[in-house]
Amino acid sequence: MTDTTPRIYVSTKRRPKEDGRFVSGAGRFVADIARPGMLHVALVTSPYPAAQIINVDTSVAAACPGVVTILAGPELANATAPLANAVDTPGVKIFPLAQSTVRYVGEWVVAVAAETRAMAEDAAELVEIDYDPMPFVVDPTEALGPSSPPVHSDHGNNILYDRVFTWGPVTDDFTISPHQLSFHVRWGRSATVPIETFGVIAEWGAGNQILDVWASIQMPSYPEQIASSLKIPLNRVRVHYDVDVGGSYGVKRGIKHTILVGYLARKLSRPIRLIEDRLENMTGGDMHGPDRRFDVSVAFDAQGVIRSLKLRALEDVGAQTGRAPFQLGKPVSAIVGAYRINSVEYHATAVSTNKTGQTAVRGFGMSPTNVALEMAVDKVARYLSLSRLTVRRRNFIRAYEFPYRIPSGSEYDSGNYHTVLAKARDLSNLDKLLARRDAARALGYVAGIGLATCLEPGGGNSAFEPLLNPKNETTTWPESCAIKVDRTGRVTATIATSSSGQGHQTLVATIIGEELEIDPDQIQVLHSDTLSALPGNTPVASRMAIMLGGAAAGAARKIRERVIQIGAHNLGCGLDDVIYCNGRVVRVGYGGQFITLDHIALIAHREFHNLPPGLSEPGLQAIHVEQVPQGGTLPKSDGRVQMYPCYSFAAHMVYAEIDRLTGKVSLEDYSIAHDCGTVINPDIVRGMVIGGAAHGIGAALYEEFVYNSAGQLLSGTFVDYVMPSAHEVPYIRVAEHCTPSPLTSHGQKGVGEGGYLGAPAAVMSAVNDALNPFGVECLELPLRASKLADLLAEAE
Amino acid sequence: MKRAVTLTINGEAISSEIEPRTTLVDFLREDVMLTGTHVGCEHGVCGACSVLLDGTPIRSCLLFAIQAEGHEVTTVEGLVEEDGSLGLLQDSFWETHAMQCGYCTPGMLIAAYGLLAESADPTEAEIREAISGNLCRCTGYVQIVDAVRLAAARMRQQ
Amino acid sequence: MKAATFEYVRPTHIDEVVSELARAGTDARIIAGGQSLVPMMAMRLVRPELLVDINHVSELTGIGKNNDSVCVRAATRQADAGRSEIIARVVPMLAAAVPFIGHNQTRNRGTIGGSLAHGDPTAEVLLVAMALGVTLDLRSEKGERSVNIKDFAVAPMETVMEEDECLVAARFQPAPTDLRVTAVVEEVAPRAGDYAILSVSAEIGLDLGGFCRHLRLGVSGATPVPFRPHMVEIALADSLLADDEVDDAVHLIDPVLDPESDVQASAAYRRRVAPGLLGRAIRTARDRAVVSLV
Ligand code: FES
Ligand code: FES
Repeated sequence: MTDTTPRIYVSTKRRPKEDGRFVSGAGRFVADIARPGMLHVALVTSPYPAAQIINVDTSVAAACPGVVTILAGPELANATAPLANAVDTPGVKIFPLAQSTVRYVGEWVVAVAAETRAMAEDAAELVEIDYDPMPFVVDPTEALGPSSPPVHSDHGNNILYDRVFTWGPVTDDFTISPHQLSFHVRWGRSATVPIETFGVIAEWGAGNQILDVWASIQMPSYPEQIASSLKIPLNRVRVHYDVDVGGSYGVKRGIKHTILVGYLARKLSRPIRLIEDRLENMTGGDMHGPDRRFDVSVAFDAQGVIRSLKLRALEDVGAQTGRAPFQLGKPVSAIVGAYRINSVEYHATAVSTNKTGQTAVRGFGMSPTNVALEMAVDKVARYLSLSRLTVRRRNFIRAYEFPYRIPSGSEYDSGNYHTVLAKARDLSNLDKLLARRDAARALGYVAGIGLATCLEPGGGNSAFEPLLNPKNETTTWPESCAIKVDRTGRVTATIATSSSGQGHQTLVATIIGEELEIDPDQIQVLHSDTLSALPGNTPVASRMAIMLGGAAAGAARKIRERVIQIGAHNLGCGLDDVIYCNGRVVRVGYGGQFITLDHIALIAHREFHNLPPGLSEPGLQAIHVEQVPQGGTLPKSDGRVQMYPCYSFAAHMVYAEIDRLTGKVSLEDYSIAHDCGTVINPDIVRGMVIGGAAHGIGAALYEEFVYNSAGQLLSGTFVDYVMPSAHEVPYIRVAEHCTPSPLTSHGQKGVGEGGYLGAPAAVMSAVNDALNPFGVECLELPLRASKLADLLAEAE
Repeated sequence: MKRAVTLTINGEAISSEIEPRTTLVDFLREDVMLTGTHVGCEHGVCGACSVLLDGTPIRSCLLFAIQAEGHEVTTVEGLVEEDGSLGLLQDSFWETHAMQCGYCTPGMLIAAYGLLAESADPTEAEIREAISGNLCRCTGYVQIVDAVRLAAARMRQQ
Repeated sequence: MKAATFEYVRPTHIDEVVSELARAGTDARIIAGGQSLVPMMAMRLVRPELLVDINHVSELTGIGKNNDSVCVRAATRQADAGRSEIIARVVPMLAAAVPFIGHNQTRNRGTIGGSLAHGDPTAEVLLVAMALGVTLDLRSEKGERSVNIKDFAVAPMETVMEEDECLVAARFQPAPTDLRVTAVVEEVAPRAGDYAILSVSAEIGLDLGGFCRHLRLGVSGATPVPFRPHMVEIALADSLLADDEVDDAVHLIDPVLDPESDVQASAAYRRRVAPGLLGRAIRTARDRAVVSLV
């Protein structure tokens, strides 16, 4: 199926609305906002991975110039409710400031509020805290054991979640398959690490009794959690969405920051600002990502057809839980990837350790799982001496099989994996690449070609919540849009989210422009605030093109319908006698007699007498709250669930050379073919795909939060936590394919995560293809140069 | 103790009283209210704080404002044309969508501006070298490379 | 990450610099480019009470050459050294190292003297200074003294500079003019331009017959401070720098290597890669010199 629908604005090159303010330095990020009388917070953090707090002495600090208040954990805990837990672990109680014990290095213990940030830091240095160090655990496997010191003593042990899911006849499939392979894969602790740290300002209005919040946030249920932790009614919390967020990709979830400043703002009746500095961000920002170990087994036949998969995933979520364990849930939505695997056993375990807490990272746990899955396919190919392309083709779901239901219950909406893989092969010029690799090898170079595919589920209803926590009955995750056409015919849309680079204003304007056939540049799109906004769930899970796009289309279609009604009435004819075209209602066959949208807007707002009978509401406005396609049902008892509606697909091809001496990996050529259904804005989609891949390259080769055995973070600065620069990321080329989704307003699917889901697996595939002639392999991310060089040296 | 400082920012003479410990980026953002220049790390790695000092790109988190006494500082806000319209480089960044969240963008523009001041027709390798001290987490740099190339081509045509 | 408070002076003459240092005692620090100092101050790992800004002392900037040495004054910007025609011609190893020092924004500000004065073992300028046996001129109120670089950088982030002393200049021996001289710096860094796991440098001079009559080498990252492997220089003296000769000779450094493990690389890695990298630098320099011979 190829998309041939004629379109005016969708899928055409248009300059994104947002970029104008960013290139002129006029973006409005949270640190750009100054409220009158604002105080600044600095934090005193734990130097120990686990300790009792014996005494906190703030007397010297309190006497420092500019200090307004110093807050310790017990006062805050008395006044607030614990932060929400994802899974059902009532013994795990988290507050923004440690109460009597600290659980990781960098955990916040005391907050200082002062007239300037520098003054707050001056005083924070002088807070004296006595600790009594306690036993701690750093290794997740050790943390599983009964004798390991529990990170949360009230929970009793460190296992926060543990369940084995079996979908289909796994045992039988393994028995009847002639071949089996088992191996271990490790995904190192990395994260998305936006260039902007998290920041928040809270201000309590004495007059209106509203807590105003400006934050660099990308988090569902943020106002709800603020209200419940601070014990104030939800309609007294106003989160302003008109704050530009300097990148998130999942991690901007400063709920503890917000509770802290929210409490102080109410207590002191002054606006309070907390902008993490980079050190706070890296250690105490609770933004580390998945840290996962897999045991993988596959059962397959002589043709390389994989029948069954066993996946054991052990996730080290650190000391704070939040939504982290849910990242074991999302992979269920595409647990077999693009393949017709008949049965799956999935054993998911989340364990706590004395490390910084984990939070959501791009793909929400899927990128590690995809590495495990793709390595399995590569290994099958290698084992049978088949090409990796061939094995993928043999296992791919066929284009005619859609919609296709996978063993874990989700139905894939549409796709054409064979075609997209072929496009990737052609874009990469695979034959030439193979020749290049072989020539390089002949000269003694270590060279390899990597290949990986990935599914990108988008637009879901958060079904992993009830899946992993039966007390949670979430079955919808709506998104909304309100459109008003003012009396002059100008269109303004409001959306219920902030944006962190996804281009939502462009998305909404393009779709409304398409539906109303008016220039998107003339459409105003506003980020509202949580008190005036309709329901929304923020731009997580590759959902906004699907959900916000659907909401915008839904509202625009309602407007259009009403415009046609008013237009036909005023043209003196029936609905069937008019068409809507280019912002006009035109009477068919009457010499082009028409009435403009502007005129209709005026009628709607001012001339009630000209409204058609039956239209009793003046004005021209519409709201639409989009329900998740395919959503609405709880998981079955065996865990089968329709988790996401739309499934994008991508294939990555990469050519890598490894310096045999130093181990340095150089990505010499990188191609991606992808299919996210209908593209709304081509430049935005291209950027998302490439940017996601670059991020995945970082996770694959460079980035890791490393802890030593003493529980100290060794890579807590930008010097030690190495993110790729323009030297490390190649000129990634992109080809598109379009298999529209039958479930969305314009056939669109999600695209924010796919690059990140494919790249780590592709790079690992390339590196192992390069290592293969030497008889060694490395299935541990990041694939640091030193690690690879050590392996190559061993092999010699 | 506060000290007097006088410098030129985007062509305008600015005098102020500051603590010596105030970095140039904090001074620009908090005292002069030019918030276009961003802070990403405060330890000299990310390049988000890049500004031009007497025409060459530097990291403004690694310079105390008082050290800028008598110097000329240009920030992203100063890259616009005299009539206030976008500069050619800024417009090229927009044209290729060389950003997503926009947070690294001012620093990238400064780094690229420094390059184009020296080289009319930079190669891809030169462009990458020039922006390699600026981390971008969103884009993967490709559309930024495109933007700088486009800007160079447009400048050559002028 | 805001620096602790300090006082700030901006002398315009070297005498004022050293008298400020003498007055403040241990609590003063010189700031030139600030590219190493300011991050440490922001993290409050360093907290001077007085900052002496030497950027306005004209005697401390500039590059000069007399008969027996090239003098690079301490506050000379790395970028200016990289652009200097004298450096390119007479101290080619320094010219080869400049592109590896940080990024263009930091080189525009960072100084040659700053890289040396911190004693940061990963600094490329220190590597070059070691390899070339640079002489450093130091000055205090008490007077002037000159120290050879190998007596200067004694441990990581530790030099023999007294608290009241100011680094005035580094004096480099010019490379021979009667030979084909080339210089190469090789580095392993987790991210190009950032701090190196290992770096090596080689400056060679071939005569018309292709014999090596001049060889200066440096190795950094495998010992507490960078060192000059004399034993390799001696072993390869007057040779043709054939691959096998080079590959054998570089292993003469093995016994002196004393690396540590860190996040980026194990000690074993540094131990294994350092000689190989040195060999690569020598061979590359040789190949370039040979090309210029024919
Ligand atoms: S904020 Fe200056 S380099 Fe990162
Ligand atoms: S555009 Fe977001 S960091 Fe570069």
